[in-house]
Amino acid sequence: MLETMVFSTLNGILYGLLLFMLSSGLTLIFSMMGVLNFAHASFYMLGAYFAYALGLHIGFWPALFLAPCLVAVIGALVERYGLRRVHASGHVAELLFTFGLAYVIDELVHLFWGSIPVSYVPPDYMQNPLFTLFGTDYSIYRGVTMMIAVFMFAALWFLLKKTRVGLMIRAALTHGDMVGHLGHNVPRLFMGVFGFGCALAGLAGVIGGPLLNTEPGMAQTLGPIVFVVVVVGGMGSLIGAFYASLLIGLLQTFFVAFDASIADMLGAIGISVDPYGEITGITLASLAPMTPFILLVLILIFRPRGLMGELEP
Amino acid sequence: MVKTIFNRFAVSLLLLAGVANAAALEPARFALIDPLTGPMSVVGQPALEQLKFTADRLNEEGGINGHEIRIVGYDNKINPQESLVQLQKAIDNGIRFIIQGNGSSVGSALLSSINKHNQRNPDDQVLYFNYAAIEPSFTNERCSFWHFRFDANADMKMNMLTDWVAENNDFKKVFLINQDYSFGQAVSEAAMRMLKEKRPDIEIVGNVFHPLGKVKDFSPYISKIKSSDADVVITGNWGQDINLLIKSASEYGVDVPFLTYYGNTPGTITQVGDKGVDRIYLISEYHGDFTDPEIAERQEQMYKKTGWDLYPRVSVMLEMVKAAGDKANSLDPVKVARALEGLQFESMAGDVTMRASDHQIQMPTFISVLKDNMSHGAEGTDFNFHEVASFDAEQATLPTSCRMRRPK
Repeated sequence: MLETMVFSTLNGILYGLLLFMLSSGLTLIFSMMGVLNFAHASFYMLGAYFAYALGLHIGFWPALFLAPCLVAVIGALVERYGLRRVHASGHVAELLFTFGLAYVIDELVHLFWGSIPVSYVPPDYMQNPLFTLFGTDYSIYRGVTMMIAVFMFAALWFLLKKTRVGLMIRAALTHGDMVGHLGHNVPRLFMGVFGFGCALAGLAGVIGGPLLNTEPGMAQTLGPIVFVVVVVGGMGSLIGAFYASLLIGLLQTFFVAFDASIADMLGAIGISVDPYGEITGITLASLAPMTPFILLVLILIFRPRGLMGELEP
Repeated sequence: MVKTIFNRFAVSLLLLAGVANAAALEPARFALIDPLTGPMSVVGQPALEQLKFTADRLNEEGGINGHEIRIVGYDNKINPQESLVQLQKAIDNGIRFIIQGNGSSVGSALLSSINKHNQRNPDDQVLYFNYAAIEPSFTNERCSFWHFRFDANADMKMNMLTDWVAENNDFKKVFLINQDYSFGQAVSEAAMRMLKEKRPDIEIVGNVFHPLGKVKDFSPYISKIKSSDADVVITGNWGQDINLLIKSASEYGVDVPFLTYYGNTPGTITQVGDKGVDRIYLISEYHGDFTDPEIAERQEQMYKKTGWDLYPRVSVMLEMVKAAGDKANSLDPVKVARALEGLQFESMAGDVTMRASDHQIQMPTFISVLKDNMSHGAEGTDFNFHEVASFDAEQATLPTSCRMRRPK
């Protein structure tokens, strides 16, 4: 039991941190520009594919750094030459633009890399065990991934709270016009934030690709969950997104790990029902893929502004 | 007026084209309805390529009675509803031979729909050739004259697998992990029933179902296997689900044997490599030893040409349909079906028979285990499956409860 607990916790945290990497960019972009970027998960997918393609030529580590930079450049270009022009036509146009962009990126990935999964795997030495606990190996790669995620979280916090750029970003979040009047180049700031957000998504793809399979459907699988994270955490709240990511990561992993059925749980509180019934026989494990969406519905009913959100949606 | 003239002109053009074409016989077209895109395409694409590869060879030998064999792919995205749309499309395009394999959920939808179509259109019938949807009911209580299965069904495979497990006294604790739908349930149910009968001392320490094709990270399932202390894992997983399961298992250092129905799903060997050696077992119609040089040559060519490994039973299926068409001297679905019933065929994996009573193929089956340094490797590596046990068609067979209703 203890080993299941330990490994589920480790896996849940890792998955949660990956989700946070994705949703932090999304929530930053949303709170600053008011754009809900539907193509965000597509940038995540691009990150994984770029790292795979570059890795074939320049090795795993250089690709790990270069791929997010490439995604950032693409993100910045999209903002500069796409979103900024569409912006004049209002939010609906922006929304539709990112929506279309998601499809375009999906199709391009199909076109370039085919429709079957590519074999994007970390180097052999990283698949060796980092430590062995209760007879189960924990690979070096998972350890490194966790470290990168934590490091990124620290760097993001430092950037936003301790640097001048961070100060400008935080000011522009709430008082964009005022920052502009003070002589800062707000459009350029927007472009930077959009690119940076995309880079974070790209980085999530780079390190998540080998863990979660690099295939053309990866954006569609994770996309909805990232939106759930942002809504549950509270629109535009970074810290909310952090808690929501970890919550969903842990919930999903633990639901699989503890294979109790609804009847078992009712039994535990003293209500006995048929353990093999149509509904009461449903196990937590089979509910696991649904948990983020159940959470979304509950949050929207009972706390529409999300865990940490300040704005009523 | 102008319109009528134009129409007449068009009609005469069509007639001319028809005359020109009459020299060559109309092609025998087959529709493959399988996942050709998305995460499960690793099982649909190799079948499509294999069909085309075999069709090329058969066409050189004159096709079916001089009718050129043509393969048309229809992408069903592994979704039963989408499959029905694609089926309708294929029928509307005049295709009367439907091939499908991946997913008994899809197979079930196609089976009902084709039965219905044939009932409503007695002059225009469709045949369904199934090379991998192995839920037992298709050739038992739900058996149909229009359906032919070219793979051993889940019960037959489990019967042989459990025979083999029963003989091995090292196995005490069995863990079952399967996809949560009709086929996965059938595998798990058969495993429990047969193990209880053959080796009552074996304990089932886990019986887990996970969503079909939805799980990206098998870590939690692996830690369950670990903590159950199992000494053997049995799984009917296929496609991405076997790929990622095996990958996760090797990553976490699970070193118990995995007895799989589909451990040879493309991508698995590449991803697991060394760690799968002596650990991944496969029950299937063939093995990776390629003792026959002609088949070995075919494997080499297939990989060189398409990038996929030889898919023996898909090839055998098309060869058998050709043999039936030749025998019937017709492309009429009913005649082809009658010729297929009871057809004996000398295939690359031994002598096979399409049993007339339930349209379930009777064929030899092998259990093999992953080895390195094989003379003919899979997926361009030097790993492949080496035979450890074989069952001839008589040992593989199981009785059927089918009461076939045939057209008059």
